[in-house]
Amino acid sequence: MTRLITSGFSHFILFIGIFIMIVPVWMIFASSTHSGLTINTQGLQMFLGDSFYENYLRVLLYKGGFFKEITALKMFLNSFIMATGVAILSVITSLMAAYALVYFRTKYATLLFWMIFVTILVPLELRIFPTYSVMAELNLVNSYFGLIVPISASAIATLFFRQFYKTVPDELLESAKLDGANTWRFFIDFLLPLSKTMIVAMLIFMFVFGYNQYLWPLLVTSSEQYWTVVMGLKMMSGSIVHRFAFVMMSMVPPILIIIVLQKHFIKGVFQDK
Amino acid sequence: MSFLDLKNVTKIYPNGTKAVHETSLSINEGEFMVFVGPSGCGKSTLLRMVAGLEDITEGDINLDGQLMNEVDPSERDVAMVFQNYALYPHMNVYNNLAYGLKNRGIDKETIEQKVNDAAKLLQISDFLQRKPSMLSGGQRQRVAMGRAIVRNPKIFLFDEPLSNLDAKLRIQMRLEIKKLQQKVGVTSIFVTHDQVEAMTLADRLAVINDGIIEQLGTPIEIYNNPKSLFVAGFIGSPQMNFLDANLNNKTLSAENFEIKNIDSDYNGEVTLGIRPEHLIESENGLINLNVELVEQLGSDNLVYGQIKNIKDFCYRSPGNQTIKKGDTLSLNIEENKYYIFDKSTGKRVN
Repeated sequence: MTRLITSGFSHFILFIGIFIMIVPVWMIFASSTHSGLTINTQGLQMFLGDSFYENYLRVLLYKGGFFKEITALKMFLNSFIMATGVAILSVITSLMAAYALVYFRTKYATLLFWMIFVTILVPLELRIFPTYSVMAELNLVNSYFGLIVPISASAIATLFFRQFYKTVPDELLESAKLDGANTWRFFIDFLLPLSKTMIVAMLIFMFVFGYNQYLWPLLVTSSEQYWTVVMGLKMMSGSIVHRFAFVMMSMVPPILIIIVLQKHFIKGVFQDK
Repeated sequence: MSFLDLKNVTKIYPNGTKAVHETSLSINEGEFMVFVGPSGCGKSTLLRMVAGLEDITEGDINLDGQLMNEVDPSERDVAMVFQNYALYPHMNVYNNLAYGLKNRGIDKETIEQKVNDAAKLLQISDFLQRKPSMLSGGQRQRVAMGRAIVRNPKIFLFDEPLSNLDAKLRIQMRLEIKKLQQKVGVTSIFVTHDQVEAMTLADRLAVINDGIIEQLGTPIEIYNNPKSLFVAGFIGSPQMNFLDANLNNKTLSAENFEIKNIDSDYNGEVTLGIRPEHLIESENGLINLNVELVEQLGSDNLVYGQIKNIKDFCYRSPGNQTIKKGDTLSLNIEENKYYIFDKSTGKRVN
């Protein structure tokens, strides 16, 4: 009986939490399906209106920006390219960096690792001007390459992979060696499949990280053609319902990625086998 | 020249620890060699140097007439069974067996043939599609052996492969390993700290202590004729009894008995060793044992007791005898079944 009460109570608390988080999102969504006039005269709405298709289609296809060159659709494409690029590139570099740190007989492996690790303390904002000047000199401003590469070295992902590799028993490497596997084969045939769940988790992590970038894309792109969704949130003009609709849509890609890969994500972060 | 030749092999770790001292050893083709010794004696290090998993500080290792010192483990054509099996967790049993063959560029049909043959031999055909995590300890052990067999290597190396199994399974697998080795006929080195395992498996036995081979020989040779105090104490279960004694003019005087006409010219303090199974009850025996504890094993009894000031002296009596705590037994030593060691060096003197 007491068990039932405590469990009921904790569920009650959880429901309050959910309510607090969901309601504002719901209000924006409900409001985004009304006409601008309704919002302006009656305030935010709790129930669905009938302008869903009209509002969302207009937002997707409306040419915005200063030169009226960019649509939301194009922004989504840009964001997708950028986030995917960041995710894939940073996972590849961290996998390889961690492999070298753990398995190569480098005298200074630990020192090197800590040097990589302290870069966590140096946020992008701190190195943004030197990074920009490098990109400018290499003529990479206004390109996907310039958007992706400077933020694709992840110390966090390197840390995760390194810690994981350290838990792989030495006998596995030795056994593989005796079975004729060289350094490269051990990486491909053993470490990659063994860290599959972690790779998926890191891909999600880095995708969301790349998707959420604001300051860097803002600096490195002057052409509207390279605007991303997060930049668009700021740049978008127009009626309040259209901005609401855009906000709603901007949440979709990260949520979708998490829902699809949730199982691997949880497994990867907590490694409970 | 023999099949595997170790010449003055030495291992010194970077921190200065000397794990193996100038060890020389020859192993013949098809021989089952066992390295036995207490943990930390260097037996695993020696094995790993043969495999190529440890660098050799000094000395040479020759396998099948080829100098192995600088040869990469993947090129040595040796197979190893690890203590924790080191099965590949993400591959099913079939792929675990096939992996080494694939790396050697063997074609698919041959691989399938070989894997199936090995699986049949080890009776693991039914779980070729399972992952290692779905197998029991004994089955994993078989897969680990299958992985070694399937490649038909020049030499099998076993690094304490039975120590993770429960007692019953260990005895069963011990038997199977021996049978298998005889059937396949591959030269093998088996490392263990368990002297029963060592005795039962070995064609020849190397007793290792502190990085040195103390004695090399067939199990029976070593049991009957231990050359040092360490070997005498290590081989045989229950352990040999040791008594302090004095040897003078071919007469040995222990606490309360004497043995005359000993075949040794050594004079001085010695340690007398008597195996529990080399004692017999007789009237007016040399030794009077006050029984303190009896372990009844069914087939025989292990009787522990005291002779004057010596505690825990063990005597193995036939199982049909009833001996109780508090009894006094009169024991004789079987003819010439005693061992005398120099007390300071531990070397055998008779």
